[in-house]
Amino acid sequence: MAGLDQYEVVIGLEVHAQLLTDSKMYCPCSAQYAAAAPNTHVCPICLGLPGALPVINRKAVENTVLTGLALNCEIPPFAKFDRKNYPYPDLMKGYQISQYDAPLCVRGWLDCEVAGERRRVGITRVHLEEDVAKLLHVSERGESYSLIDVNRSGVPLMEIVSEPDIRSAEEARQYLVQLRAILRFLGVSSGNMEEGSFRCDANISLRPLGSDTLGAKVEVKNMNSFRAVFRAMEYEAVRQAEVLASGGRIEQETRGWLEAKGITVSQRSKEYAHDYRYFPEPDLPPLELAPSWVDDLRRRLPELPAAKLARLQEQYGLPAYDARLLTAEPGPAQYFDRLVATYPNAKVASNWITGELFRLLNASGKQIEESPIGPESLAELLTMVDRGEVSNSAAKVALEEMFASGQSAAAAVTAKGLAQISDESGLAAVVRQAIAANPQSAADYRAGKKQALGFLVGQVMRASQGKANPAVVNRLLAAELEKR
Amino acid sequence: MNLHELPLHEASRLLGEGAVSSVELTRALLERIQAVEPRVRAFITPTPDLALSQARQSDERRARGQGRGPLDGLPLALKDIYSTRGVLTTCGSRILANYLPPYNATAVLRLAEAGFVLLGKLNMDEFAMGSSCENSAFFPTHNPWDLTRVPGGSSGGSAAALAAGMALGALGSDTGGSVRLPAAYCGVVGLKPTYGRISRYGLVAFASSLDVVGPMGKEVADVALLLQTLAGADPRDSTTPDVPVPDYRAALSGEIRGLRVGVPQEYFAAGIQPDVEAAVRAAILQLHEMGATLVDVSLPHTRYGVAAYYIIAPSEASANLARYDGVKYGLVAPGEDMWSTMERTREQGFGPEVKRRIMLGTYALSAGYYEAYYVKAQKVRTLIRRDFESAFARCDVLAAPTAPTTAFKLGEKVDDPVAMYLSDVFTITANAAGIPAVSLPCGFAGGLPVGLQLLGRPFDEATLLRAAHAYEQATPWHTYRPEL
Repeated sequence: MAGLDQYEVVIGLEVHAQLLTDSKMYCPCSAQYAAAAPNTHVCPICLGLPGALPVINRKAVENTVLTGLALNCEIPPFAKFDRKNYPYPDLMKGYQISQYDAPLCVRGWLDCEVAGERRRVGITRVHLEEDVAKLLHVSERGESYSLIDVNRSGVPLMEIVSEPDIRSAEEARQYLVQLRAILRFLGVSSGNMEEGSFRCDANISLRPLGSDTLGAKVEVKNMNSFRAVFRAMEYEAVRQAEVLASGGRIEQETRGWLEAKGITVSQRSKEYAHDYRYFPEPDLPPLELAPSWVDDLRRRLPELPAAKLARLQEQYGLPAYDARLLTAEPGPAQYFDRLVATYPNAKVASNWITGELFRLLNASGKQIEESPIGPESLAELLTMVDRGEVSNSAAKVALEEMFASGQSAAAAVTAKGLAQISDESGLAAVVRQAIAANPQSAADYRAGKKQALGFLVGQVMRASQGKANPAVVNRLLAAELEKR
Repeated sequence: MNLHELPLHEASRLLGEGAVSSVELTRALLERIQAVEPRVRAFITPTPDLALSQARQSDERRARGQGRGPLDGLPLALKDIYSTRGVLTTCGSRILANYLPPYNATAVLRLAEAGFVLLGKLNMDEFAMGSSCENSAFFPTHNPWDLTRVPGGSSGGSAAALAAGMALGALGSDTGGSVRLPAAYCGVVGLKPTYGRISRYGLVAFASSLDVVGPMGKEVADVALLLQTLAGADPRDSTTPDVPVPDYRAALSGEIRGLRVGVPQEYFAAGIQPDVEAAVRAAILQLHEMGATLVDVSLPHTRYGVAAYYIIAPSEASANLARYDGVKYGLVAPGEDMWSTMERTREQGFGPEVKRRIMLGTYALSAGYYEAYYVKAQKVRTLIRRDFESAFARCDVLAAPTAPTTAFKLGEKVDDPVAMYLSDVFTITANAAGIPAVSLPCGFAGGLPVGLQLLGRPFDEATLLRAAHAYEQATPWHTYRPEL
């Protein structure tokens, strides 16, 4: 690493997240376009036909402000939309209706954890705009052309810009993990990079340690996963350090990440200069955001992942590892909340969710939201274990049955004959039989060989086809043996 | 009186009484079109078959007792800037010469729901950019009062069709005077409503913050009838506020005693044709004789109107016309690659005035110039609006000339764009301020019609039309017809 340790790596991230609204940003077309045939979710507005006019999607505005609040942003009382003008075939109107100098949310922050240390990353702004159409490039029989699918045109897009506070590739990754979790906990975006609902561009520069002026920054695009962001940032930091070490100058440019080769390459193509000639969108009125409306939204904020992580450790005493597993996604977190509402033993609850339930979900390819076993059913099963009605190991079998059949805990236990026999009078006879059938063990135990009890317990378990409650059997055997 | 000479409101009454059928009216107009259109050239796309079919349907409805109201069965024509489903919509441009919209403008829908009959789409300056109808890509329209002269623009086809008896009512559009100016030159009535009074959805955009739908007719009562059907908020147009629609026809009381009529001194400054000024001053005196009070007012920022307009309108137009790129619809002029196709299509598809304004607008919005031009022009606009607000504290309507001259000769100003722009000097300020204004005939100068312009408070078309109607009914001008 040619001299990289002499430099501070300065990274800012720009994330575009598609919002999970029913309709598009400026028209009533469905925004859920993933499974649709091309050009079927279209209308004069998102097609940009002459004469069509936009109308603001209220839910998209709410979701963006909610996101800003979750990111500790200020919500200015006045916001507006602006036209961002540039030509490209996927931009139907020849301009994008976006936000320029009066965005919905400004000046926030997000905490993430890097190597056990809390790192705070500033959020410059969160604003709202519309997605562009999808281009499919086709090359066949010597012909090269592109097809336009307008389904995606107009889908609401939230742009989240961080301050250049990120100092390493790992921190960049953690920032994205945290941001994505927040968006998913809010339910505003599915946050999926591979599906294109969560996109990230980076700006990265180096500066000598101790300096506070920014170096020439390079924009890196085309990173399609968190891992790609990590690798691209690592690569680019090294590349820039090498350029500087050899006496060169960093060119302020856009570079594309090539996943297969693990390098960035310059994208200095014949592009039109990016003067977007922003001006206020005349077809849309400006927004006045009343503080009371913002306060209502603030009250609607759910518990966010960082707060939940802390609370699970403080309130329930869960180890950090377990708490992390439960708060990585909103599904397990909500499941856990509902489970401990009726079954208060948090550690047991956590173990069963992250152990057995996760195993069954992974094997069947289901998300926890699709689990055939609801938290109330699991609570029922765990209560039965606590009451000795079923052994821990039998409960695992019961769980599989519940998962496969959707039955309740009680029904599954009965169906599979898993009920544990804890009734003392019922077991007394079996205990006496085991002692009678194994006089040597009995004698050994009485002689002081306490381990002989284990053999006798095993005999009782066998005689009861494993259904006897081992704790009760232990107690009854000992008591019976001590009688003589 | 020949059927084609009937005012719209008269024809409506006769239809309602059963004295005439829609088919008879429509046939009369189609015959008139056949007789005079070759000399006037007001139509881009006549729709005679559609018209007769609609007329038949109207008569059938009426026979079943299911008449839709006062506009049912009345033959109208629409400026070719209105999106009409399945009917060619060219905006007077080669770039849309083969464009068949898949949807109807709200204005068209409201008229359709009222049962109107479509005679055809009318000629206009390309994309509404012009004051003479000579910028149409197809052919110029001729003023029926003198076929060697322009009808005015950009709604030249609409005004000429009305004056020549080829339609009983028409829609134009007004961005800087494009309804009022041709109305004045052709001796008919043209209303520029308050911005936001009528939905712009489907009105192909030239300048989004200035464009309005403009009803036109031979008499004020005709315009009131059209306005009644068209006015009102539209959820598809976010710039139409929820302001109640009064009964405009009931407002036509003929009474103007006590009405305060402001006379703005700046509208009588040098440069106005003396006999035009004389006719307008006589009209103002007439208002006074009918009981109105005259008030001298000053609108000091009037002289900056043209300059501000010719920054703002081209700026918005440069964005609105960016969608015409040879990719999605309309003209395609193929080049070696995508960019050269776009360039060639726009080069061939747009006329010189359109290109001029796109370049002006792009420049005015560009980095380094935006503050000095666009923002400055918008500030001037605020000052112009404040001038009107002050004036309307002391009067109810303002009276002024519509244009500084009568209709000029075809070809006279085509080579001098700035001279052409100055035709708009008295009309442009109403668009800048968003207030309503109407032009109606007030006499002749050298055998050519002169227009009186009345301007009113926002959303006070009722007072405006009352004043206009009272003057009209007390004078003979509305009964004169050109000899064709």
